[in-house]
Formats: sequence, C-alpha cells, structure tokens
Amino acid sequence: MSEVAPPEAVDLHAARVKVFKLQDTVFHQVTLVFAFIVLAALVGILVSLAIEAMPVLRQFGAPFLWTDVWNVPEERFGALAAIYGTVVTSVIALVIAVPVSFGIALFLTETCPVWLRRPLGTAIEMLAGVPSIIYGIWGLFVFAPLFSKHVQPYLQSALGDVPVIGGWFAGPPIGVGILTAGIVLSLMVIPFVASVMRDVFETVPAPLKESAYGVGCTTWEVVTNVVLPYTRVGVIGGIMLGLGRALGETMAVTFVIGNANRIVGSLYAPGTSIASTLANEFGEADPGLHISSLFALGLVLFIITFIVLAISRWLIRRGTAKQGI
Amino acid sequence: MDLYARRILTNRVGIALSMVAMAFGLAALMWILWTLFYNGFSALSWDFFTQDTPAPGSEGGGLRNAIVGTLMIVGVTTLVSTPIGILAGIYLAEFGTTSRFAAATRFVTDIMLSAPSIVVGLFVYALAVATLGGFSGWAGSLALSLIAIPVVVRTTENMLLLVPSSLREAAFAVGAPRWKVSLSITLRAVKAGVVTGILLAIARVLGETAPLLFTALNNQFYSTNMSQPMGNLPVVIFQFAMSPYDNWVSLAWGGALLIALLVLGINVVARVLFRKKSSD
Amino acid sequence: MSAPHSIHVGDAILEVRDLNFFYGDFRGLTNVSLNIAKSQVTAFIGPSGCGKSTLLRTFNRMYDLYPGQRAEGQINFHGKNLLEKKQDVNLVRAKIGMVFQKPTPFPMTIYENIAFGVRLYERLSKSEMDDRVEWALKKAAIWEETKNKLQQSGLSLSGGQQQRLCIARTIAVKPEIVLLDEPTSALDPISTAKIEELINELKTEYTIAIVTHNMQQAARISDFTAFMYLGELVEFGKTDELFVKPQKQQTEDYITGRFG
Repeated sequence: MSEVAPPEAVDLHAARVKVFKLQDTVFHQVTLVFAFIVLAALVGILVSLAIEAMPVLRQFGAPFLWTDVWNVPEERFGALAAIYGTVVTSVIALVIAVPVSFGIALFLTETCPVWLRRPLGTAIEMLAGVPSIIYGIWGLFVFAPLFSKHVQPYLQSALGDVPVIGGWFAGPPIGVGILTAGIVLSLMVIPFVASVMRDVFETVPAPLKESAYGVGCTTWEVVTNVVLPYTRVGVIGGIMLGLGRALGETMAVTFVIGNANRIVGSLYAPGTSIASTLANEFGEADPGLHISSLFALGLVLFIITFIVLAISRWLIRRGTAKQGI
Repeated sequence: MDLYARRILTNRVGIALSMVAMAFGLAALMWILWTLFYNGFSALSWDFFTQDTPAPGSEGGGLRNAIVGTLMIVGVTTLVSTPIGILAGIYLAEFGTTSRFAAATRFVTDIMLSAPSIVVGLFVYALAVATLGGFSGWAGSLALSLIAIPVVVRTTENMLLLVPSSLREAAFAVGAPRWKVSLSITLRAVKAGVVTGILLAIARVLGETAPLLFTALNNQFYSTNMSQPMGNLPVVIFQFAMSPYDNWVSLAWGGALLIALLVLGINVVARVLFRKKSSD
Repeated sequence: MSAPHSIHVGDAILEVRDLNFFYGDFRGLTNVSLNIAKSQVTAFIGPSGCGKSTLLRTFNRMYDLYPGQRAEGQINFHGKNLLEKKQDVNLVRAKIGMVFQKPTPFPMTIYENIAFGVRLYERLSKSEMDDRVEWALKKAAIWEETKNKLQQSGLSLSGGQQQRLCIARTIAVKPEIVLLDEPTSALDPISTAKIEELINELKTEYTIAIVTHNMQQAARISDFTAFMYLGELVEFGKTDELFVKPQKQQTEDYITGRFG
C-alpha cells in the first residue's frame, strides 16, 4: 500500500463527504417535519375544537358545564347530563375492571403454570384488540336482554330497600341504561388494565420476591406485601389508562346507554355520555348553537381524557422505569 | 384456627379469586366470540359479498359497497400513515434523544394512542368536511390516519431503540452517513417489528367507527369515488344494528364477524411474524 | 517521570497528545499521550473500566454519536487534529476502520455486507465490485467458507465467521488503520486463533490498534503494548520489553496477575 492515498482518491472522498453532509441535513429535516406533523395534529385538535366551541361558550359561558338541559328546539344546551353519564359509566367500569384485572395480572404472573402464561396472556391481549363496536352490538343484543331478565330484578329486590344505594336500582329493568353501559365498558377496559398490571408486576426483581418467600411468605402475602407496594405507581397508572379509555369510548357505550339526555338517580335509567351524544346527534345537527355545543362537549371530553392519560403515562413511566431494588 | 392455618386459608382464597378473575376474562372473550359466530356466520353468504346494502324495508342485500369502502379507506390510511409514522419514529429514535421537541412529540403520540377517537372525527370534520365541501372517503382516511400514525410512530421508535448500539456503531465505522445508517442498517434490522406495528395500526383502524361517523359518513350505493361519502363496515354495522329491520340486523352481525375475523387474523399474523423474526 | 509516549516507535501514523475524555462530568481519560506506529500492532491492556476502549473510540470519533461525551487534546493524523470540530467524521471513519467486540454483520447478504461500505466512497463496476468483495474476503481468510453463499444473509454465519466477515468489511474500504475492540472476547478458542493469525498477516499493510483484556493475546500478536489504569496511560513500550521487565510497579502487578 502506498504511503499516502493518491490525490484523486482523496478528492473523491472529499466530494462524497460533501454530498453526505447535504443528504444528512435533508434527512434530518425531513424526519423532523414528519415528527412535527404528529405534534401539530394534537395541537390542531385542541385549537379546532376550541374555535368551533366558541359560539356556545360565549352564549352560555362556564355554566354550560354544570347545566342539566339539552333542548335542541329551544337551543338551550348544558353539558351536565353527558358529563354525568360519562363519569358514572366510567366509574362503574373501573369498579368492576380493577379487581378483575388485578386478579388476571396476579394469575398470569404468579400462579399460572408457565406453559399456560403465553397463550392466556395472548388471549387477554386479543380481547384488547376486539373493536369496540363488537362489544356494543354484543351488549345490545345479547347482554342487555339477559341482564334485564335475569339479573336486574334480583338486584332490585335484594338491594332496592337498602338506604342510599337502593335508589340506584329503582325503575323498570329495561336492560339498556347507565349500569349496563358501565358493565360493557368494564369488559372493554379489563384487557388494557390487566396488560399494564402484568407488565409492571413483571418488573419486580426476582430476588426481592425470593427473599419474601425465603422468610416463609405465602404467594398472597408476597403479592400484597411486596409486589403491590413495589408496583403501586405503575398499577395506578394502568388504572388511569383504563379510565382514559373508558371516558372516551364511543361505540361500546352508545349501543347500550339508552341515549336519554337527562340525569336520573337510578343506574337502571337510560342516560347519555359525551361520546354517545356526539355519535347520535352530530350527523344531523344543525349549524349554529347545536353543532357548537357538540364541539364544546368534544372539547370537554378531550381535556378530561388528556389530563387522565397524561397522569397515567407519567405514572406508568415511573412505575416501569424502576430497576433494581 | 391458629395463625398458620389462617394464613394458608387467606392464600388459598386469594389465589382462587385470581383464578376466578382469569376465568371471568376468558369467559367474556368466549361468550362474545361465540355469539358473534353464532349470529354472524349465518349472514355470510355469496350475496353478502356481492350485493349492496338494501334500502329500508327491502329484502336481502349484502355489504359489498361497505366492504369495498372499508378496504379503500383503510388502504389509503395505510399508505398515508406508514411513511409519516416511520419517518417520525426515525426522528424520535435518531435525533430525538435529548431535544425538548422530541420529548413533546413522544408525549403527544402516547396521548393520541388512547385519546377518544370520536374527537379525532370532530377535528377532521372541522378541518376538512366543513371547509372542503362535505363528507368524503378522503376525510375518513384522514381521520383514521390520525389514529394509525401514533401506533406506527411508537412501534418504529421502540423497535429502533432495541437495535444494539454496536450495530449502529459498526455502520458508522465504515464511514456511512447518518441517513444510510438509519435506512439501510437499523431500519432494515427491525423490518419485522416495524411491519408488525403497521399491521397493528391497520387492525386498530379497521374497526374504528366513531371517527368515520362524520367524515366518510356512509353511502347506500356502491362507489369507489373517494371524494364522495363512502360506505364502510363500521358505520353500516352501527346503523343496521340499531334498525328495526331483521335483515339489516343480520347483516350487521355478519359485518361485525367479518371485522372481528380480519382484526384477529391481522393480530395473529403480526404476532407470528414478530415472534419468528425476533427469535432469529 | 518521563512521559510514557517519548519512547521511539518509529514512523508514527497517529500522535495522541494530552488527550482527556469526559462522559458528562466523569473524566474517562486523563492526559494520555502516545504514538501509534505505522504498520505495527499496538495493544491496549488493563483492567475493566481502565479507559482502553474509550481511548480506541476516540481514534475514529465514535463517541460523537453520544451527546454528553467529549474529548479534548490532540490526535494527529496526517498532520491534522482528528478532534477538531470541522474534521468530517465520516471521512475519518472511512480511513480508520473499526471491528467490535461482538460480531455485527449488517442485516443483508454477505456480498452486500462488504459492498455497502465500498459503495459509499467509490463507484465501481459490477466486476470491479465482485473483485473487491473477493479480495476482502480472501484477506480476511473467509473466502473459502463463503464463496458459494455470497447471497445468503450475513447472519447465517457462525460467530467466528461473522467476526471475520466484519474484518473483511472493514478492510474492503481500504482504511489505513484498523481498530479492534476486544475482537475475540465473544469467540471460542479456535476462532480466536484464526483471528490472531489474520491480524498477523494484516499488519504488513495496515496499522492495527487492538484492545484486549487477554494479556497472552497482547503478548502474542502485538509489537507495542500500552497498559492503562483508571483512565491513565501507566506504561507504554515494546511488547517484549514491557512484558519481560515492566518499569512500573502497577504494570508488573497487573501482568503477574496480582490484581485486575
């Protein structure tokens, strides 16, 4: 090999390097632009909802949020019934989904035979992939009739006279309503919450669990005294993720909530949620205050879920980033 | 009962309850799938795929227009969201380890992954439908793209971050420029994972109903014109299931089964593909 | 104390002067100065974390990939300081190749693994490229094993073969210096012997700098050895002298196995 590279080779290299520099700059900028598009989309959603909601916010102001009226002909609108339905169905969904998800995650990480872990875990993830419209149609045609015939009357006779909560089970057991929507919704969020819980349970270092087993703890004691305290943050993050999903879910709710824009104390009564109001009314809404009110509802929903999901993401990050003891 | 016996009992009860929870989850899955097959299978016929959606009150009919519409809308969505998602994912993995802008983008995509899809529909309505003259297949694709892109971005970024740093360094060590390292080496090394992400994104948008309600709307007739309202399976299922006509309800079940089979099938393919590749 | 680099190494191709390296606030290298002799093998030994790999990675500016890592001082190569900002790193890396601890075949065919780097800086016809691929694979003593499967994935080879493929890929772009970062630590003894043999043959045409934590390997294959400890260059000299009569107590302790 010669002492120094021949001059023409050096020139060629230098020329190529210039081209590379240019190409790299272009590459950087192009990928940056696409990343920017993604960021701009979210900001765009917020801004456009806010703009479209402006007329109604100007007309009614903040009381829009806590007024229980939805009168299309008279053009008087308030979000309270929809917010109430959204929150109550989501709470019901979580009350059911959290313990079940915890049980599933516990089973998958601690007690399930190893050869069954993967297929069962996959089945749960499959459940998460089922489109929500399928939960909705199943809820309407299969679950609601069975529920009204075989469960609601018994619940009513068993709990109807209990003070405070008795009123929740008042009224005719017609199947569709807030309670049914909450139950169908719970089936939908269980896979999400269970998957996150399983993932955070798996971050517990084996030596930590082994030392607990080493002093004679039972599986249950290890889970409640070691695994849960260790993963507390991530578990709450998973629950918040489920809540975010439940709040914004449209189809699973719209089919079975009954679509009545009013607040009734009973969980048996039909109600509405923000998402189902949008799904039902937006297509036929007249321009003006009605459509603006729907945009305002969307804005409220987006802000609530944004906050819930942001907290969830922060907690899950913190919960799974923890390494070592 | 002594302390030890009580501890053992608590343990047994706890474990039994966890099994009940698991059984509950599986039973729900089975129940839903079973009713879906039971009600949907009878609707699947030759007519189902070759005839268009029936008018109110008329007999028979199929979902040809909705199936074609869904395939077109989802196809365009895939073509739009794949390059955008991959390039944005590359940005986050390659250039975005420290920048604030990248952190914000990452945060936003995480939120978008679970954000209410109906709100995306509202946004596209305000952005495109209200301004550009009406409901259309394009608007539907735009809405679905906004849902698919975050999925592709996040899987691409996560996959790229799994590439061993030694492979990237080796590519730089022969004097390759950054874009070559990204496109020819690291992206190629995680091809299977990125394809998995795209498949999962397709599976996700296939069943999305809410964002199509006020973007693509629906079309009772066969149409391949993306500039017009377009029939699509989810919206047809929604409308037909809520209708009083028996043949409509039956078609809704058939459509739901078709969607579920497609989504589950894509999920299975994605898993097999990813597992096979990642065990190499 | 006499500066360790002042020993005569003959024709120096790289001159390292007062090199300091930082991982954020942590100082990984302290005032390292030495010369790398042209067409010789220079080995870097020392306990884990002593900075020997860090030093090697400054020679081709690999640390540039990581924000927060920076080097100060001089590494002179053909009269230019490699560490200067305006120095193009791609060009440096084409001239100073590197082979890593674990084999890193690119996710493409064996042929493309070699051609990838060559294409970056040279425009060759198909037959010229074929010749170059064959030449490089022969140089790396892996031609016989691969000539019938050039279109198969580089990942289909065994670990030792993959590592020789990586060496072939590195020399295919005709660098002046080849950096080897513990190239045999992930390999079995037979593959290791083959690679050592290869290094011996390559040094007639290339300058080689190798990091190894196997002292016997350093003694077998290198002409010069640098012993590093806690980010400092403790001793640097001809390999046969350094191993026979080390000047520093720390060096003696290390090579006689009293620590590390």
